[in-house]
Amino acid sequence: MAFLEIQDVRKSYVTGQGEPFIAVDGIDLTIEQGEFISLVGPSGCGKSTLLHMIGGFVPCTEGAIRVDGVAVQQPGPDRGIVFQHFALFPWKTVRGNVEYGLVERGMPRAERRQTAQRFIDMVGLSGFEDSFPSRLSGGMQQRVAIARMLACEPSILLMDEPFGALDAQTRKIMQEELRALWHQFGKTVVFVTHDVREAVFLSQRVVVMSTRPGRIKAIVETGLGPGASRALIDEKADKLWDMLRDEVVRAMAAERSKA
Amino acid sequence: MVRLASRLHFYIPVLLAFTLWEAASQAGLIDESVFPSLSSVLVGFVRLLTNNNLLMHAGISIFRQMSGFLLAAGIGIAAGILMATSGWARFAIEPIIRLTYPLPKSALIPLFILWLGIGDASKIGAIFLGALLPVVLSTYNSARGVNVALVWSAWSLGTPRWQVPWKVVLPAAMPEIVSGLRISLALSFTLLVSAEFLISQEGLGYLISQLGENGDYPGMFAAVLAVTVIGVAADRSFLALGNRVLRWTEQ
Repeated sequence: MAFLEIQDVRKSYVTGQGEPFIAVDGIDLTIEQGEFISLVGPSGCGKSTLLHMIGGFVPCTEGAIRVDGVAVQQPGPDRGIVFQHFALFPWKTVRGNVEYGLVERGMPRAERRQTAQRFIDMVGLSGFEDSFPSRLSGGMQQRVAIARMLACEPSILLMDEPFGALDAQTRKIMQEELRALWHQFGKTVVFVTHDVREAVFLSQRVVVMSTRPGRIKAIVETGLGPGASRALIDEKADKLWDMLRDEVVRAMAAERSKA
Repeated sequence: MVRLASRLHFYIPVLLAFTLWEAASQAGLIDESVFPSLSSVLVGFVRLLTNNNLLMHAGISIFRQMSGFLLAAGIGIAAGILMATSGWARFAIEPIIRLTYPLPKSALIPLFILWLGIGDASKIGAIFLGALLPVVLSTYNSARGVNVALVWSAWSLGTPRWQVPWKVVLPAAMPEIVSGLRISLALSFTLLVSAEFLISQEGLGYLISQLGENGDYPGMFAAVLAVTVIGVAADRSFLALGNRVLRWTEQ
């Protein structure tokens, strides 16, 4: 039995204009424990929707998602999530944010402090414990969000274009750090991005999705070790991009015809 | 030192206006019988303190205003959050709020007196109603716009759904709630004085109308001054409190 099973999942809903819309359809995917898998695809291919269904934030219309054999019904601390725009609690300090899930779990104060500090140190924010998120740069805010998620010790990390709102340099650094964290913890990660190179750099497998409705077009093993050269990463990314390009063009054409 | 200087700076135009007022009175440019000079108003103020129990009237007025305002704040915030998070509450409350919004609440003061008598209750009721709607609407509007990712984050960090309204929605909506409260605070003084004008045995509004009827204009001006000072102090205190609560919004 696979750790995370996504079985014939379909998500459809009725748009504001009263038209039926199929976001994703016929998604079959099994993810092993400790695997780093990315979902890439053009905007509107339903990759985020799929991630939100794994998180239990939105229900599947059809099919089932199981974690460790148990069907996902609602969100839970076993599946941590990081959003593109950080979604930190702006009224809480860095420490307050990282401690939030620990408070909810009923961890005693002293232990909570210590645990939060460990994760704050881990993401390199020592000295910023008492700062409010509004005082931090985007990269720092996303580190807080990652620390907040990791502090709850989820078994699956769901990352919804987590570096999409960061500048190119910060993004590169964050990618390297995330990869190091993953090697350190070996947690299962489902990572949504539209950056093919990012997906190749981070993941063991990349799921390429097509649009309207969102389906799995291909699943590509990157086969890259931690020491993969830049040239090799670029080569893999180019291959993936060739696969994705038609989808992106098609998605843009569909967008235009709708407008 | 710089802060003190900038504060003084803020009050310079006020001092200037006061000086002009006194100078114009002394020069006989304004009719003392309908517009008493600043100095006679200040003399009147001291007289109110010693002879007319100004502090007692002020205390009663502050009690009424605070009761009505705090009641409006508590119930208004709760109603606004409820409307934003529950379809049923929105269905039940929103039309009533929208339709009664344009109604001048002072028009209801006679009804409150009819129902609640001429004592504190009718004043507090009128202030409560007048101050309520801005709080409900500002709370509702900002709570409705709370980023869904914040709610989802809380869920995934273990917050039960039923606790999200006060653990996430309320603090996230706080900046706009505070501005709504500030409007309500100003309205609460308007309602206070109007209600006390109409019928009352005590309070600053009562004092103003009594002194006016008796032709004691310096005294009346002094009572108006007292209301103004209390209103300004309340607003300034609220502003300081709001800045403290909203420390996290500073860039």
